[in-house]
Amino acid sequence: MTGPRAPLPLSPALALEGVTCAFAAKARGAPPYTAVKDVTLSVARGEFVSVVGPTGCGKSTLLNVAAGLLTPSAGKVTVFGQALTGLNRRAGYLFQTEALMPWRNALDNIAAGLVFRGMAQAAARAQAQDWLQRVGLSGCGDRYPHQLSGGMRRRVALAQTLVLDPQILLMDEPFSALDIQTRQLMENELLELWSANKKSVVFITHDLEEAIALSDRVVILSAGPGTRPIGTFAVDLPRPRDVAEIRLTPQFLQLHRNIWDTLKAEVVKGYVQSQRH
Amino acid sequence: MSKVNGISGRAQPRGLFVYQALLLLGSFALWHVLTETEILPPFFFGKPLIVLQRVWEWFASGKIYRHLGITLLETVLAFSVGTLLGLAVGLWLALSPIASALLDPYVKAANAMPRVILAPIFSVWFGLGIWSKVALGVTLVFFIVFFNVYQGVKEVSPVVLSNARMLGAAPRQLLRYVYLPSATSWVFSSLHTAVGMAFVGAVVGEYLGSAAGIGYLILQAEGAFDINTVLAGILVLTAFALLLDFVVTRVERRLLTWRPVQGETEPL
Repeated sequence: MTGPRAPLPLSPALALEGVTCAFAAKARGAPPYTAVKDVTLSVARGEFVSVVGPTGCGKSTLLNVAAGLLTPSAGKVTVFGQALTGLNRRAGYLFQTEALMPWRNALDNIAAGLVFRGMAQAAARAQAQDWLQRVGLSGCGDRYPHQLSGGMRRRVALAQTLVLDPQILLMDEPFSALDIQTRQLMENELLELWSANKKSVVFITHDLEEAIALSDRVVILSAGPGTRPIGTFAVDLPRPRDVAEIRLTPQFLQLHRNIWDTLKAEVVKGYVQSQRH
Repeated sequence: MSKVNGISGRAQPRGLFVYQALLLLGSFALWHVLTETEILPPFFFGKPLIVLQRVWEWFASGKIYRHLGITLLETVLAFSVGTLLGLAVGLWLALSPIASALLDPYVKAANAMPRVILAPIFSVWFGLGIWSKVALGVTLVFFIVFFNVYQGVKEVSPVVLSNARMLGAAPRQLLRYVYLPSATSWVFSSLHTAVGMAFVGAVVGEYLGSAAGIGYLILQAEGAFDINTVLAGILVLTAFALLLDFVVTRVERRLLTWRPVQGETEPL
């Protein structure tokens, strides 16, 4: 073989191997808090993976590790076969809480990433306008985040991430703050955008139904501390899906029952632990 | 700032302005009656009609413009220099933990020191012209802006910051697109105080030694026990302080359109 070694063509888009994250304890002298322990997780190219776990189990920690925002205490992260150092430049991150810049209007928020990458202001705006239309907000470009509703802000955030066309999409409970109707609307939109240009998605949620309806694979995490995956379920429901309708099919209900049996024990354990603290 | 918004805000009952004007007229009338009947000695309290006449003479003869111009120039210079310095140093210390830790006690000490006592030193350093007053104003404005910028940078939402980084912002771009806008909003919320402080610096500086300016006029009149002219000077100063505040409110509204206002509705 000559020349630099190319990554294997079938290397997964994102792989976490034995990732452990321990945080210094708040109280002096107390042992460090291990949020996630020995997590191995891989996401194939174009795969939609949901990670489900009880509240406070360190789901966001895992996503921050995948994004390169957090360096794990131990373990390895590889992105398309290459070890991750610094920020994950191939990933777009949709945060759980408000992440738009409040001092930029919707259009400029969407254009921000392009401007950061050195694109000219006018070109970036034109591309942002296109995405504004795709998320159904074409008339709202000049509004500031506080002038938009929660659902509209989510759309802007989605467009802000997708305009950069990342190969990996990391989503941290992106729709958890929305009402159920808006949520299903957004979920369908997400599936549509995803199927048009298959990205690898890691979708974090505590809502099992949402996870099944959207994904190819559902990973169940144990209760914290020391969270680790305790079950993986393939979701072989047909696509394209409508998230509202698919919930009523027998296959969905069967799958839901199977996964819930695993998750239930962890939810109870997490609840007991939260009562003790 | 909320207080200012409360006074000049939109949600005020109709005719409030009329009552406010009546209150002003009433106080002047009371002042007039009390001093005319010599319940209050006019020597110490002045007479409103003479005070107003003095103000009128100043503006009619044009004598006041030079002094007013100098005081306002000092104010504007002190404000601009103080704000720029505060912004720069605030950003620097907020983004450099080592410098911040090193300088922390000195910043606290400098802020705790009553800055007015520096006025004589500034007179020696910069002479009796406008620059000693500008220097005094700068020391007052600087700390207000500095602490607000520092706070503004520290309070940038970590999520907004992470998001900008994930979108690909380099450190310089973070400064320009995230830290600076966030700090600016904090600077603007302190703008009213900062302008007021610049004004205080200018007038106090003049009062402690100068050859021109409203503070100088007041000092001269005081030397001659001319209480009416002193009060006329105070009246002019107050009027212009209000005017400056009004300008600041205008600028603020224009530049901070992105900031949510309580109970704001969209105009159709």
